[in-house]
Amino acid sequence: MLEIFLGLYIFMLAAFVGYGVIKGVPALLHTPLMAFTNAISGISLVGSLVAAGAHYNNVSTVLGAIAVLCATINVVGGFWITDRMLRMFKKQDPKADAAGDA
Amino acid sequence: MVDQVETLYLIASFLFILGLRGLTAAHTARRGLILAELGMVFAIWGTVIHPDIMANLEIAGFFQTYKWILLTFFIGSAIGIAISALIPMTRMPERIALSHAFGGLAAALVGVSEYYREQVIAGHMDHTTMAAIGFEVLFGGLTFTGSLMAFGKLSGLIPGRNITWPLQNQSNILMFGGTFVLLVLVTIDPSNQVLFYAVAAMPLLLGILFVAPIGGADMPVVITLLNSYAGLAASATGFALNNNVLIIAGAIDGASGFILSVVMSKAMNRSFRNVLFGAFGKVDEEDAAMAAAGGERVQEASVGDAAMLLSGAGSVIVCPGYGMAVAQAQHVVGELAEILEANGTQVRYAIHPVAGRMPGHMNVLLAEAKIPYTSLMELEEINEDFKNTDVALVVGANDVVNPAAKHNPASSIYGMPVLNADLARSCIVLKRSMRPGFAGIENELFFAPNTVLTFGDAKDTLTKVVEALS
Repeated sequence: MLEIFLGLYIFMLAAFVGYGVIKGVPALLHTPLMAFTNAISGISLVGSLVAAGAHYNNVSTVLGAIAVLCATINVVGGFWITDRMLRMFKKQDPKADAAGDA
Repeated sequence: MVDQVETLYLIASFLFILGLRGLTAAHTARRGLILAELGMVFAIWGTVIHPDIMANLEIAGFFQTYKWILLTFFIGSAIGIAISALIPMTRMPERIALSHAFGGLAAALVGVSEYYREQVIAGHMDHTTMAAIGFEVLFGGLTFTGSLMAFGKLSGLIPGRNITWPLQNQSNILMFGGTFVLLVLVTIDPSNQVLFYAVAAMPLLLGILFVAPIGGADMPVVITLLNSYAGLAASATGFALNNNVLIIAGAIDGASGFILSVVMSKAMNRSFRNVLFGAFGKVDEEDAAMAAAGGERVQEASVGDAAMLLSGAGSVIVCPGYGMAVAQAQHVVGELAEILEANGTQVRYAIHPVAGRMPGHMNVLLAEAKIPYTSLMELEEINEDFKNTDVALVVGANDVVNPAAKHNPASSIYGMPVLNADLARSCIVLKRSMRPGFAGIENELFFAPNTVLTFGDAKDTLTKVVEALS
């Protein structure tokens, strides 16, 4: 019983921290933010890994393995595409750009 | 071993939050990303030495223990990289919707697997774990099919228009309530397997039914809400497995989705309830009738006229919309800006929060066209500048530049913040046809005396303008 309350405390504090931090993300970066949180929430990989590796029983192993597949697509793909997007955001102002920094 | 696992999870959680903080500014964003990636490495490291896996390692050996993990991990990575490296930026909303589907499915599967292990095989599950698993499969399933529907609509596999049927909202709410009752019942009696599988199956149906009536233009809100649900599903997984890093990462994801959906709803001046259950389609007829009475005197401009207007302008604000993404016109917008800037024209971009099909969609496309992010302006930053601007160039945007939202209480988008494209000295609208925008309403801007319309595919038109100017 204590564990569930500890979990709820953690959830509540993490939600507030997340809210506070993400409030500061500019609209400019909202799409990368979605890809980024998507990659982080692929953390359910952690749960799937245990199910797929602990071999509790065949059903759990199979379900866990499929879950690892899905979660990995999100984690690896999510980080990859966030990076691809963030690399495109260039800072130079137009004049400096025209000056030759192609 | 437990200490090591928890230490690694603690480091991972710290790095996730630190990484997220990096995302609050464009120049620190990539550093933040690297921190989060590092966090993920720690989390995975902590998991592969989980006591249950180590126990299996001693009995079954390395290969037997890790074969499924390694196989699925490599296939998953390959698929993830392939999708992410190849998908065009214009299709980013679909990519995000699809990844929410994967996230939801993963959470739901882990939930079913846990139930099977603890209740079906071991025969004992306590009520709190049952409640956590119940929420996990509920949010997971809802996210899975809901996101697949969103993906289908965004990619055009199923009609993007709102699909409606009689008593839609009533039956949807009734079914959702019913599922929730089942969830409570199975929490009271975890041994009832039929109840559990019903709780696992119903959300799959609900996801489809909830997203079906929501039209394409409302997709930004739907995607962000599903983002939030995916996070809650991950958090519920954390509760079921007593895994704090999962709870934290899920809570962050949930908060992010929630914030974004509030931003989106505000930018459309609509409540959640209105987006989810509101009938955007149903107000259309009145507005269409009103618009028909408004007359059809639009001024058409040739490509040459548009080019002349632009070349004579000292300042230009580009207002991009979903049409720019559809026509893939972002690169030629960048080329045009380069020519204009070489002439000494100031070129900036006004990005409406709901332009496109997901938050930040236009920013990513323009960044792809190598437009520096310092010229991408948010609505509040630039809206006062339109009146001192020579030309507003509307590329595939419609409802977000409709002045009716400012002064016509009869309009269904009245009250929604819009870009003041009508206040610029002149306004060029690139448009495929006179078909109304997604809200199904006529746009007053098109009939304004200082507005000219150039018909045709935005990319073709702009390519010709660029040719005329260079």
